[in-house]
Amino acid sequence: MYKEIICSGFGGQGIMVMGKLIANAAMKENKEVTWMPSYGAEVRGGTAHSKIIVSDKPVASGLFYEPQDCIVMNRPSFIKFEHVIKKNGLMIINSSLVSDKTDRDDLKIVRIPATEKAKELGNIKVANMVALGAYQRITNLVKLESIIAILKDVFPPYRHIMLDINKQALHEGVKLADEYKS
Amino acid sequence: MKKIFKKSPLLLDPVTHYCPGCGHGIVHRLVCEVIEELNITEKVLAIAPVGCAVLAYDYWDFDTTEAAHGRPLAVATGIKRMRPDLIVFTYQGDGDLAAIGTAETVHAANRGEDLTCIFVNNGVYGMTGGQMAPTTLLGQRTTTCKSGRDKKRDGYPLKISEMLAVLDGVCYIERTAVNKPKNVILTKKAIKRAFVNQIEGKGFSMVEIISQCPTYWALTPEEAVDKIENEIIKETPLGVIKDV
Amino acid sequence: MTKNNQKDKNRVLMVGNHIIGQAAIEAGCKFYAGYPITPQNELTAYMADNMPEAGGVFIQAESELAAISMIFGASVIGERVMTSSSSPGISLKQEGISYLAACKLPAVIVNMQRGGPGLGNISPAQSDYFQATKGGGHGDYHTVVLAPNGSQELFDLTYLAFDLADIYRTPVLVLGDGVLGQMAEPVTLKPSFKHEKTKVDKSWALAQTKNKEPKVVKSLFLEYGALENLNKELKKTYDIIESNEVRAETFYIDDCEIILVAFGATSRICKKVMMTLRNEGLKIGMIRPITLWPFPKKIISDAAHKKVKFLVVEMNMGQMVEDVRMAVFGKSEVHFYGRTAGIIPSEKEIIKKIRSLS
Repeated sequence: MYKEIICSGFGGQGIMVMGKLIANAAMKENKEVTWMPSYGAEVRGGTAHSKIIVSDKPVASGLFYEPQDCIVMNRPSFIKFEHVIKKNGLMIINSSLVSDKTDRDDLKIVRIPATEKAKELGNIKVANMVALGAYQRITNLVKLESIIAILKDVFPPYRHIMLDINKQALHEGVKLADEYKS
Repeated sequence: MKKIFKKSPLLLDPVTHYCPGCGHGIVHRLVCEVIEELNITEKVLAIAPVGCAVLAYDYWDFDTTEAAHGRPLAVATGIKRMRPDLIVFTYQGDGDLAAIGTAETVHAANRGEDLTCIFVNNGVYGMTGGQMAPTTLLGQRTTTCKSGRDKKRDGYPLKISEMLAVLDGVCYIERTAVNKPKNVILTKKAIKRAFVNQIEGKGFSMVEIISQCPTYWALTPEEAVDKIENEIIKETPLGVIKDV
Repeated sequence: MTKNNQKDKNRVLMVGNHIIGQAAIEAGCKFYAGYPITPQNELTAYMADNMPEAGGVFIQAESELAAISMIFGASVIGERVMTSSSSPGISLKQEGISYLAACKLPAVIVNMQRGGPGLGNISPAQSDYFQATKGGGHGDYHTVVLAPNGSQELFDLTYLAFDLADIYRTPVLVLGDGVLGQMAEPVTLKPSFKHEKTKVDKSWALAQTKNKEPKVVKSLFLEYGALENLNKELKKTYDIIESNEVRAETFYIDDCEIILVAFGATSRICKKVMMTLRNEGLKIGMIRPITLWPFPKKIISDAAHKKVKFLVVEMNMGQMVEDVRMAVFGKSEVHFYGRTAGIIPSEKEIIKKIRSLS
């Protein structure tokens, strides 16, 4: 098992946290992982992204340019990564902010209205968790319980009042993935 | 016969490397006297500069280290932050403190480091052979401004003491001279003050000491001390610049 | 050193720059001064956050010149000290590193390399190899150079760096790069090697005890022969370091036709290439220098013979390859493959290069 994932969106959408949750959960499941934030002159530009590798074996390099899976939370991310995802890869799209059609017919596309769902839950900031919940459901790369279990480690203590709504958002993401599948 | 003066035991007796008429020897002695009188010998740590006073540790009987050119106040910061119980002072010339080390000087002063800075200003690079210094006066001749410092070409003498005085971290700056007995006495008083401030934890203190360099001013020692009296302190007056 | 910690439940996910900071604190670092530069800013911030609680001092200096002089000051009174930067900032620190070496002061300096020369870019690189291993600053000296290639080694080698610095009274460089600094990987926050706390004599330090003889720490030696004596003393230490502290990892060097040589981040990619090709039946081996100075000359020399070829892979235009050639001394062909400017050599490219050799 060897998986390269990119999470991408605006700064402030919790993109780094999404990646950290995947990596931390996989680590707790005894996988080898790397997490790499985008760092560069583009930090204040269109997208912020993090790159995650989950593997059974030690990872050679945390840097890669063609992910198998990609979660895009905004339109610039969609444009940036649409054509670099590996053949037959997976793209989770935040359909609340991205309505573009892709010309890739090999990809598995899952459209999740993450931002709308987050607003419904009462906090637009948990859109990342909705998307992450959907990603978990579709790939089963890590267990949902593993993600939930490490929320309190990844969030700083002053954010712990947000734990419940984040959990709720994860569950909603799982549900949306199920609905999309059917 | 009554003994009215005794050399401080902290001042050692090697053959001096300073030129005849140089002011460094006087300042070395004053520093030693102050340290002895304040009874802080065992707590003192000195930082010697790069410049004529680079060998200061050969004359002093207390712990001393060196710094790269211009960096004594950064080295002093490292020592004092780690060991606030020590009394840490730098001994620097004008090139070291006000040219290559301006950034270190300004920022140590601005952080209000609890340090004592003995700044010996003779307006010329001595050890390297008499080049123009940041504090060289307009018209003063050096090997790198043979026709005299020209404001268009060389800029103006850097008023580093006045510059530092506007910083909130600075508690005390005084300009003195060692060209005549009265001024030597005042210099010693100022040095003592700068050490006492550190003992009391008041912040950054500096004494700018106008000192004579007969060799690179191309004057006799006597002419050199007169030059301070008649020219230099007219441009850069002595006295307390800041005291809070 | 890089024992697999898969079963360790205490692993945490941490970015490399934070791992170095924590390792320094665990190793008893009591003074850190730094200046902002990408890609090592997380380390400076980590020290700002954590040094006070660890009973240490953090200062954001006005420049790299000041930072290295500040740690000189704290080292002169016997404390464990560290500063960090990335390539352009390390150039500035060379002044202070030369003085530390001359004054025989222990210090740990971290370089999370970025692309150069000049301002270069902020992507990972290994182009400071020459600077790190050949002295860097002025004068006749060496610094020990440790090259971690992953999270646990970032911890272990930073920790080790403090011991080596104290034992040999020398500045020690930890040479990482932007990827190692930015990337998070699982790590166990204690040394994975057997470590005994050795009490190192620091009676040379200033301001230690009352009623003692005054001491001077300096690097100016004007009297005839005095500086040469210092240089000889330093050389003696360097010789001891060269015989005691060479560290390298080797794979299949007795059973291969091509030996890859790589350090740091590049070595991980090379290792994967080696495994892939060995599975295909190609006889590939590898040597990974962990200490870049002292360089594992003998290991490389012993592995060199007519029937083996070396391929050195670096993130630069060919720097360590010169040391490999020197060690091989004509006994084998030595080839080079490098990428720069933040472009990390890919497995595919390296495999292609290897196929072109066989």
